[in-house]
Amino acid sequence: MTPTLAPSSRVQLTDDGKLRHFLTTEHLPRSLLEDILDTAASFVDVGGRAIKKVPLLRGKTVVNLFFESSTRTRSTFELAAQRLSADVLNLDIAKSATSKGETLLDTLRNLEAMAADMFVVRHQDSGAPFFIANEVTPSVAVINAGDGRHAHPTQAMLDMYTIRHYKGGFAGLKVAIVGDILHSRVARSQVHALNILGAEEVRLIGPKTLLPVDAEALGATVFTDMAQGLKDVDVVIMLRLQKERMDSALLPSEGEFFRLYGLNNDKLHFAKDDAIVMHPGPINRGVEIASEVADGPRSVILNQVTFGIAVRMAVMSMAISGQDSDSNALAASTESMEGAGGARGQR
Amino acid sequence: MSWDEQQLQTHLDAMAAAINERFADKSPLLVGIESGGVWVAQALNDRLPTALPLGSLNPAFYRDDFDTRGLKPTVTPSKLPFDVDGQHILLVDDVLMTGRTIRAAMNELFDFGRPASISLVVLFDIGHRQLPIRADICGETLALPPHQRVELRGPSPLIAEIRNLVVEDDTETRS
Repeated sequence: MTPTLAPSSRVQLTDDGKLRHFLTTEHLPRSLLEDILDTAASFVDVGGRAIKKVPLLRGKTVVNLFFESSTRTRSTFELAAQRLSADVLNLDIAKSATSKGETLLDTLRNLEAMAADMFVVRHQDSGAPFFIANEVTPSVAVINAGDGRHAHPTQAMLDMYTIRHYKGGFAGLKVAIVGDILHSRVARSQVHALNILGAEEVRLIGPKTLLPVDAEALGATVFTDMAQGLKDVDVVIMLRLQKERMDSALLPSEGEFFRLYGLNNDKLHFAKDDAIVMHPGPINRGVEIASEVADGPRSVILNQVTFGIAVRMAVMSMAISGQDSDSNALAASTESMEGAGGARGQR
Repeated sequence: MSWDEQQLQTHLDAMAAAINERFADKSPLLVGIESGGVWVAQALNDRLPTALPLGSLNPAFYRDDFDTRGLKPTVTPSKLPFDVDGQHILLVDDVLMTGRTIRAAMNELFDFGRPASISLVVLFDIGHRQLPIRADICGETLALPPHQRVELRGPSPLIAEIRNLVVEDDTETRS
């Protein structure tokens, strides 16, 4: 019931402010992001049990709809759904129906007809998950698993979880994000989440060709020099350098990028002594990060993966729970208006 | 109607005595259900001749009403600091009503391992059972009308009182 919500948030939330779809961290209320982190905290322990499963989403069907290939994100979403006891269907769309000429909407209608409860969507085009969220039948929740250069909200939230786990909170924190910011949906979602959660300063470090022009509007400070940018930061987030960037002449060479922006122990000295090093993976050793740092005592890269499963469990159960309450309400209201035949969201 | 610390102590003393009498030779483990059950388990432990290993369960992810009631934003994680395989478990809750919380808690316990036995210890049994579950040790049995519940407040001091439900026909409130 927040009248000032941006359109992106309106489609994500139910009328009473619960998560319904998870498409972007932008414009979400701080309390909701904190709820995601708190709920994830209670799922972390499930991974350490004899039986790594809770029956919360038993009987629900989660469809992984990956229009762009991904191994890590897809498999952690799959594992998260399985640990919630949901049934999981993996669709590698790049190799399936759409390549035979079926339209996206027809694919969606077919999956709805299979009584899916959730779509986890990865798409090369920015905004595709929003389009799908607006088109799906009201009983289906949509989770954005990365769209174009736009957003990757579950990655950002698992990073927020990792930061909160090691730093206790966000107040007073200086966080640096390093590398190819311009093409990074992860960075964009991280900047929004860090600002909403109250981090003191968000810095973006990279060569001018790989920095966004609207960084200040995003709520971040820009640096092109590692020594200045990393000074006194609490958290260093390295981004993967995509090799395609070299081909498009945005960078001279991998070697030069590593010399200027690659994180080694010498450059890490500029950060605070207790600074942690994060990376969304997969890492390119010797391109954006040196092995001495990636495998070093301040690296929390593998812990991010573990927390990622718990955070995805939290987002999935919250969205399905919000979706249920919303479609129940909708079904009730359409029922009273049009009789039982009008209740499309009810199954 | 309400119970002050003193009156609850009488119940807790009797319950601790019953545990000692019936389970002393089995070296059982205490498992409280969040949050009231954990307070009761702690209070019982303070009264036993030797304190038992104590864990806590939060069966929120095992409830059968997720579709209608959704997920609470903060769920205190379950903590069982011991192996439950082959052990005698004393499952402790504050109030037993429908039995659905106990069913959820037992399902969760079995995901940690295979206990030798589970016995149920509750401070109050207020009837209205919907499942074939009964308490092995009970502080006080009450016959309450459907709109009334016993609410325990704590952890220190422990106080209980009868409250009228605000929402009508919600038969699924905890326990």
